Amino acid sequence: MTVRTRSTQVSVDAIDTVLPAGTDPPTAVNTAAVLFRNAAVRLGGRLVWSGVDVEVAAGEFVAVLGPNGVGKSTLLKAALGLLPLSVGRAVVLDRPPGRARAEIGYLPQRRSFDPSVRIRGIDIVRLGVDGHRWGLPLPGGERGRAAGRRVAELVELVGATGYAHQPIGRLSGGEQQRLLIAQALARRPRLLLLDEPLDSLDPHNAAAVAALIRTICQRAGVTVLMVAHDVNPILSSLDRVVYLAGGGAVSGSPTEVITSATLSRLYQTPIEVLTASDGRMVVVGQPEPPAAHTDRHVGTGHS
Amino acid sequence: MIVAAAADAGLSWNLVRDVRQMFAYPFMVNAFRAGTVVAVTAGATGWFMVLRRQTFAGHTLAVAGFPGAAGAVWLGLGATYGYFAFCLAAAFLIAAIPTAGGAAAGRAAESATVGTVQAFALACGFLFVNLYKGFLGGVNALLFGSFLGITDGMVLTLTAVAVAILAVLALFGRPLLFASLDPAVATAAGVPVRALSVAFLILLGSTAAEVSQITGTLLVFTLLVIPAATAQILTTRPALSLALTVLFGLLVTWAGLTVAYYSPYPIGFFITSFSFSLYLLARLAVHAHDLLDRTARTPHPARASA
Ligand SMILES: Nc1ncnc2c1ncn2[C@@H]1O[C@H](COP(=O)(O)OP(=O)(O)OP(=O)(O)O)[C@@H](O)[C@H]1O
Ligand SMILES: [Mg+2]
Repeated sequence: MTVRTRSTQVSVDAIDTVLPAGTDPPTAVNTAAVLFRNAAVRLGGRLVWSGVDVEVAAGEFVAVLGPNGVGKSTLLKAALGLLPLSVGRAVVLDRPPGRARAEIGYLPQRRSFDPSVRIRGIDIVRLGVDGHRWGLPLPGGERGRAAGRRVAELVELVGATGYAHQPIGRLSGGEQQRLLIAQALARRPRLLLLDEPLDSLDPHNAAAVAALIRTICQRAGVTVLMVAHDVNPILSSLDRVVYLAGGGAVSGSPTEVITSATLSRLYQTPIEVLTASDGRMVVVGQPEPPAAHTDRHVGTGHS
Repeated sequence: MIVAAAADAGLSWNLVRDVRQMFAYPFMVNAFRAGTVVAVTAGATGWFMVLRRQTFAGHTLAVAGFPGAAGAVWLGLGATYGYFAFCLAAAFLIAAIPTAGGAAAGRAAESATVGTVQAFALACGFLFVNLYKGFLGGVNALLFGSFLGITDGMVLTLTAVAVAILAVLALFGRPLLFASLDPAVATAAGVPVRALSVAFLILLGSTAAEVSQITGTLLVFTLLVIPAATAQILTTRPALSLALTVLFGLLVTWAGLTVAYYSPYPIGFFITSFSFSLYLLARLAVHAHDLLDRTARTPHPARASA
């Protein structure tokens, strides 16, 4: 048996390569990147949530928290315009949802490619760069080469260089997740919608990827809306927390929402928020992320 | 008459002369033309089909061509029109399956409906064959393929359809790849996933109709699946894998036509055997390569302890 050690390092130097083109963070502040007003979504005849007011300012790092099945993924899909609101209004990057897709990077919840998918990791990242374009790239054309360079940058950025050339189906869940994050960053998005990006990562890797996302948010002024079950890796970088529970949403600063009383009430289970010796907050006793739950089919597409 | 001409042709073991002699027959020239066109189209569409795991749908579309061709012959029209009409109708039928209840639910509904369509198509085919009693000998050709009697007009039709299919694939290929591998992200990126999946079924129906004319409806997989499966075993690079698929399709078709010319047995058998051998070889090669790789990387215990 040979054991390959794989790079867990995230190259923060390469961060500037994900700067969205033509965005100037200071002027972008004060306009809401994502806005829901009295919004409701109905799925299969059931009201998932209603009366939701969420406002995410440009450049903010926001966590969406809440127990299983309250509609966190639904919130992201509504922001993407993949699900219509039954009531209320939403504005995403100054447009109705669905009109700003080119400027949004999306990472759906927990998907894995099964082992028989014979496509390399870099091909998956490449799809994020120009997979939406019609027509074939000319072999050896300037556009194709630029896309190739971009893919290499992205792969290095998420620290996946060691395994990006292998078939995606053979990689571990965490390795696939890193490549999918690279894919979400491919078009230099102004808004990142990440659905549990840290699950299936070990604590060390979760911290590294959380740091990467925070750096992208801070340096490039990218707005991040991230669904999470374990808030500890991102607690220190959060600007705002959106809590979904009981068919509605509560939003506020982390110090307001992440308190023992609020969390215990929302999750209906005793949760403690402790302050560590270095001043960082730690959430103890929160529900474990679900092991096998998924909101989309595992495997590749058949539609 | 044509069969007699083919039977006359013996192997002389002089390759150039044999090939020249084979191409002296216009029906053989047309067979090669049609085979080449069909192999390229089947390779390109089949590659996407294998990637999308729609081989069952592909098979059903091909089987749907059988009653079409039998019915067309019974009505005195050319089998070609029957293939296209029925394969395309089946494609629309399968495309109409709603996938609203989540992707997985849609898939289950899809395979059940696809199976139903397939069974009904076979039953209709046998009815038409029975209605047209004098035609029974032709059933073999419809099911297992024939390269005899391909007219210039058929070659022209096949080529026109092939050019259309390849042009559409060239235009849609990249978003189709995205939609096939990762429908959720593709939708979020603005790719019309549902429309592409309908468009692909129509391409698949047209391709199945084309391939049926050479391999017969039951052996369509020979050109639609095996070359793509073989190429995807050998490489993970999309462009290379697509090119290999087309190359393998061409090789087995040409080899199959040549051998069938010198033998009394049906062409479908030869094309299928050749592609199957190629597939086995590819599997073996990859297996051997993995094994060598592993032994090369494992440190020798004796040396390690020394
Ligand atoms: N297509 C659908 N039709 C009907 N109901 C649906 C559909 N999709 C999701 N739901 C329901 O909507 C609710 C919210 O689902 P969602 O996936 O948004 O939850 P979530 O908060 O992301 O949960 P988790 O933490 O488990 O990911 C769930 O109760 C789910 O059963
Ligand atoms: Mg979810």
